[in-house]
Amino acid sequence: MKKLTFTKVFSQLLLLLFVIAWIVPTFGLFISSLRDKDVLAISGWWTSFTTTEVNEIYRTKGKEDQIKEGDYYFIKSNLFDEKQGKEIYRFGVTSKNIDEYEVGETALFKDKTEITVFENGDYIWKSKEEFKKKKGKRIFVSAKSPPSFTLDNYKEVLLKEGLGQAFLNTFAVALPATLIPLIICSYFAYALTWMKFYGRDLLLATIIASLVVPLQMCLIPVLTIYNDFGALFGVSAKSYPGIWMAHTGFGLASTTFLLWNFLKTLPSEMIEAARVDGATHYDTFIKIVVPLSIPSFASIFILQFLWVWNDLLVGLVFLDKHPSEIILTAKLKELLGSRGENWEILTTGAFVSMTVPLFIFFSLQRYFIRGLVAGSVKG
Amino acid sequence: MSIFSLAITVLIGVLFFVLFFHLSNFLLDYFRVKVSKNFAFENSIRVIIFIAPAFIVLFVFIIYPVFETIRLSFYDKVGENFVGLFNYNWAINDPDFKRSIINNLGWLIVVPTLSTFFGLVIANLADRIWWGSIAKSIIFMPMAISFVGAGVIWKFMYDYRGPGDQQIGLLNAIAVALGFEPQAWLTIPIWNNLFLMAIMIWIQTGLALVIFSAALRSIPNETLDAARIDGASELKIFWSIIIPYLEQTILVIWTIITILVLKVFDIIYAMTNGQWQTEVLANLMYDWMFRGGGDSGRGSVLAFCILIGVIPILAWNLYRHKQEQKV
Repeated sequence: MKKLTFTKVFSQLLLLLFVIAWIVPTFGLFISSLRDKDVLAISGWWTSFTTTEVNEIYRTKGKEDQIKEGDYYFIKSNLFDEKQGKEIYRFGVTSKNIDEYEVGETALFKDKTEITVFENGDYIWKSKEEFKKKKGKRIFVSAKSPPSFTLDNYKEVLLKEGLGQAFLNTFAVALPATLIPLIICSYFAYALTWMKFYGRDLLLATIIASLVVPLQMCLIPVLTIYNDFGALFGVSAKSYPGIWMAHTGFGLASTTFLLWNFLKTLPSEMIEAARVDGATHYDTFIKIVVPLSIPSFASIFILQFLWVWNDLLVGLVFLDKHPSEIILTAKLKELLGSRGENWEILTTGAFVSMTVPLFIFFSLQRYFIRGLVAGSVKG
Repeated sequence: MSIFSLAITVLIGVLFFVLFFHLSNFLLDYFRVKVSKNFAFENSIRVIIFIAPAFIVLFVFIIYPVFETIRLSFYDKVGENFVGLFNYNWAINDPDFKRSIINNLGWLIVVPTLSTFFGLVIANLADRIWWGSIAKSIIFMPMAISFVGAGVIWKFMYDYRGPGDQQIGLLNAIAVALGFEPQAWLTIPIWNNLFLMAIMIWIQTGLALVIFSAALRSIPNETLDAARIDGASELKIFWSIIIPYLEQTILVIWTIITILVLKVFDIIYAMTNGQWQTEVLANLMYDWMFRGGGDSGRGSVLAFCILIGVIPILAWNLYRHKQEQKV
């Protein structure tokens, strides 16, 4: 049995390796979005859990804060604007020698004034003569910074960078672009399953073929239709109803196919019994088929909603880049171009765009998986 | 727009379709009782109400565009004058097009293979371990994230700083820790394609994983136990029982990922926009849709090339559907 144990340990380790490799990128992004932007730009996110050493520049207060005690003038204050929990261990007064003095030592400026800096950022600046300059002097400090996390990036991204609006816009795109195909396709799938009409098989074959037709095949003609339509009625070619219908069109085949797959598993005796009793197809649909289909509706809703929420291409082609229309993915791509080095904005923005999918993922994973396993092939 | 006006717009949009079906069916019932007792007539009207909206959408957004795109590929940039094979001729001689075809082929070989392979291996590993379902959840999670979001995640992983600076990208930090020079991964031609593919593999492994997990449960335990009693090693069981059993599933996953990879756009567009020889068909097509006011002829040729890639799968799907219908 020894060999089996070895296999077990080995497979556990291998799986652990996979899990780590898969979670680390997302985890790093999440941690980074919670870090101070200055620290984020100069140190890796994995250093944020331990105390790190940072070199920073601060400026003392100017002449307005001076007080006279005895023969000397003093400026007493703290280098840090707010409590940051940093511990200074060395400091300097020239850029050439930024860690000349031990904390607590007294340093001498060129103008013969003296300054003492303490561990917590307090300093005492002493001069024989009155301080004349409005601006203070630069102090270079080497400090130990304990792990610290902040939500500032989220505030900035949601309010100043316009991601909050983009978030709402994405909802305004995704909800109808999920519900409309669901409504239309449930009738359609019902007709394909339980109604007899000429050309039904051909229509079904068309749906199956449409499942794999790449989106790119449809973009140019649909955009032309929209432009012509817009010009004809004097409205904008790019609008919310426009993108709803585009998403409805591109998601129609897969939604119909999944529903059809489900509906044909319902017992035909039940439908026929209802028909014999004089129920119209509409009654049968509303009173029998819809209640039975709720779980499969849920799966399809999640699939389509996530697809629309995460889509970039359709959003780029059929919506304006104007703040009132831009969706999250397009906004994020825009930030990648314009704020490529501002990782605090990018990481936070990316995480904001992921909140809804991740919420759905963790709360409704069962339906999500069921939908995928049911054989989704998206066009 | 404010949250209120957005909500109203959304509500009107959805209600429109709900009301369409309710009112039209209500009217039909009304006329059936009052005016006509002709059931055949009533039924055919009902069929039209049920299928018309979906059919119109299908026609406007899929059927017509497919044929129109094929037509446009033989026309000039504004789609007015017939130019024969001019656009195809352009494509064959265009270096970007050649690059795209090569890259797309690379994507087609690497991504479905590795995603399927990893998915299969992980599904097997997780199947027998008590924390397997947590592991599966974690590996499946990237499936919920957008390609652009994943792009940001990985761009951060690949971030590059000069050799003297602190690396903030994990990959370069590891490289430096191991004593190598830091690299600007996304700008090294040929290899950078692999770094982009890694993102897709990272996402799609989850899909393969959940489908395989479901399929694994259908393998009868007796078969596996019998093999174990006969002294077969786990590896042997994997190759000789599990793989043959899952053949059909492997094929399905392979095709799903293949279709997805053929259309890969977001990742390239967000990460490199085709620079440093990472161009692919879908990105090039998007580019030509808008470059210089848009060239519908060239864009259509590129779209058509993507369609050609899926035609074997399309034919196979239709064939399978026919077989099923017979049964």
